[in-house]
Amino acid sequence: MNSRLLIFTILLEAILIISCERITPRVPADDQILDGPIEGLTSAEKTRFLAGDVAFNDEIFTSETGLGSVFVATSCGSCHAGDGKGTLFTTLTRFGQSDDTGNKFLHLGGPQLQNRAIPGYTPESIPAGATFSRFTPPANTGLGFIEMVTDADILAMADPSDADKDGISGVPNYGDLPSFLNPLPNAVPKNGRYIHRFGKKAAAYSLLHQTVNAYSQDIGISSSFAPFDVYSGLEIDPEISTLTINNVVFYLQTLKAPIQRDQNDPQVKQGKQTFIELGCESCHKQTLKTGPSQIFALSNKTFHAYTDLLLHEMGGGLDDGYTEGSAKTSEWRTPPLWGLGLSPNSQGGQYFLMHDGRARSIEQAIEMHGGEATGSKNRFKQLAQSEQADLIKFLKSL
Amino acid sequence: MLTIFGPALYGQTDTSFFFTRVKQDSSKLKLNMDAVYNRPFLQMGKLPVSLGGYLEANSSYFSTDGISEGLSFQLPRLTMFMSASIRQRIKFMTEIEFEEGGREINIEFAALDLEFNPLFNLRGGVIMNPIGSFNQNHDGPKWEFVSRPISSTTIIPSTWSNVGFGLFGKYSKKNWVWAYEAYLSNGFDDKIINNNQNRTWFPASKANRERFEESFNGVPLKTLKMAIKHRKIAEIGVSWMGGVYNKFRDDGLVLDKKRPLNFIALDINSTILKDTYLNGEWVWAYVDVPDTYIQQFGSRQQGGFLDIVQPIKKGKMLGWSESVLNIALRLEYADYNVGNFQELGLRIADHVYALVPAISFRPSAQTVVRANYRYERRTDLLRNPASQTAGFQFGFSTYF
Repeated sequence: MNSRLLIFTILLEAILIISCERITPRVPADDQILDGPIEGLTSAEKTRFLAGDVAFNDEIFTSETGLGSVFVATSCGSCHAGDGKGTLFTTLTRFGQSDDTGNKFLHLGGPQLQNRAIPGYTPESIPAGATFSRFTPPANTGLGFIEMVTDADILAMADPSDADKDGISGVPNYGDLPSFLNPLPNAVPKNGRYIHRFGKKAAAYSLLHQTVNAYSQDIGISSSFAPFDVYSGLEIDPEISTLTINNVVFYLQTLKAPIQRDQNDPQVKQGKQTFIELGCESCHKQTLKTGPSQIFALSNKTFHAYTDLLLHEMGGGLDDGYTEGSAKTSEWRTPPLWGLGLSPNSQGGQYFLMHDGRARSIEQAIEMHGGEATGSKNRFKQLAQSEQADLIKFLKSL
Repeated sequence: MLTIFGPALYGQTDTSFFFTRVKQDSSKLKLNMDAVYNRPFLQMGKLPVSLGGYLEANSSYFSTDGISEGLSFQLPRLTMFMSASIRQRIKFMTEIEFEEGGREINIEFAALDLEFNPLFNLRGGVIMNPIGSFNQNHDGPKWEFVSRPISSTTIIPSTWSNVGFGLFGKYSKKNWVWAYEAYLSNGFDDKIINNNQNRTWFPASKANRERFEESFNGVPLKTLKMAIKHRKIAEIGVSWMGGVYNKFRDDGLVLDKKRPLNFIALDINSTILKDTYLNGEWVWAYVDVPDTYIQQFGSRQQGGFLDIVQPIKKGKMLGWSESVLNIALRLEYADYNVGNFQELGLRIADHVYALVPAISFRPSAQTVVRANYRYERRTDLLRNPASQTAGFQFGFSTYF
């Protein structure tokens, strides 16, 4: 009897082990998560994507590996949990520039505040007289598509003098290229400056530019592209390999675009119609396309990011008195809306929207729109409650 | 030739030719602190040296959020121990562990015990700091689960041993026994807040091999434990371990203030309802992390586990006369960052829960074959949706 019981138990265990794939957690649906590569990568590209994934999400910097001495975060993944938006915990503070003549506080730690320090060091504080703004980390997804939008397409959406009299006058942010960057083949420069597109003020030219700056200013890691100690300002040896930087850039380029959910839901369809009718799409352009890319899977693709990559005047309520590049202090780049519905998955179950996370819901974010978006905001406020709900449901489906 | 090699050849097939198994004295009230000697040993002839050890091997299949790396096999540890009675009331014991197939070799314990009185014993060498119960009583064959408890390995960094000296003693009367331990030893270093785990991580100090040669900062780690046991009720232990982890002074220069760390642990084990065995441990850890450092490195941690083991069959099974079949359940929890975000005012998460139902078969008291299902939920710092890990583990652990 005892032996039978034992054999039964062993058999039961064996069955459980054989069936283990059925009683272990299931893979979340692709449209419920932001991470994962774009479709169509070759095996070699997938290997490179994984190397970048490890460097981005798993590599934690310590004082031995170059952290700081002053810093904001200890890893890339600290600010972009699950490749999504960040929270106030890892919000960046930039200071020292109030017009297009450049940052006047670079000698006092500008443009970015490193508000944390390894033991024995003192973090920075905002110098007296410097204006500042806080930027919550954006989501990483679909950035490769955005990088490959041609300058010509961006310029086609711009309307600096509001020639069509719709009250919307988007302009690109032109900036200087750092010495380690080469302009893309399709670049359309103006007076020796180039159209930048990444960041809240569109102050970063490319993902390499963004990545090098983030390692340097957020983590305090010098690289061959920016071989400087963020604490002392002295030139030092690279603390990260060029290969790792390139792998992280490749990872960011090839992260998939967020996948819309519930597209056929009648409420979502109605909300999308309302979004267009309110004029939101004047800035949050639904569809863009990429130009040719060395990564075949990114070449000549149509995608739906809901942005025009241009700067828009957003009114006094969003004017922090700080800016970057050629943007005015009240101008902000239209943020892509794709992935908006999945933001709470990386923001601790809550929303922290607008450039500094001040909006705690999508409704609040809409109501904080001013300047060129005032008309759309007012039309939203005049909607019936059910129509507002449709619009919000559509935005959450993105 | 046969005279010379014969015993050796014979010895390959029957260890009893050389060795006799030293029986454990079960008449005495044993506490967790006795675990270091409460092991089966083999003794050769009348030599005052005893040998022993244990082996653990297991396989596991886990999936995290639906993604699995497949089935893998591990040899987490092979441990050898040796004890010697040098003279009456003078004993030496050592435990050397080969971890992960020999990638790491650690002297976990190597101490000389001098008994002046049962209440007053001097111990010196590499000691296992008596914090909680698991750190001292960690032998694989004593447990019904494949993995070690999370809180006992990631908050208390078991097996946590250091060079040091101290005293211990016991007093017993009828069904009661009371014991204490008090040690000064080398301790932690600043790796606990400067590591690639991105959180306050006490096991990071184990990588510092120099702690067996010199203290990181010259301040001894103090460990105190008191335990009381009633034969028919339970054993309860209360322990504290405290010290300084940072290098506040170097080459005569003051670099920082002394930054303390403290652990307080409670442990309990009892047999209820005739043969249901309960064993648990809870630990609180406090660290002085600089205010200007990142909050990912928490200043408070807490966690613990509760094991419930129920024998369901005892007696002869598959030809083994004293075998036992158990079912067991472990509940465990570890919170690596107790507190609120300065920027958000919201509670920091960074915690893990696990539920581990298990079944174990002991053909003898020294050997356990065990299998468990493990379900684990890990929540990140920001309280984002938890990652779920689940899977099976199967393995054995045996003294030899």
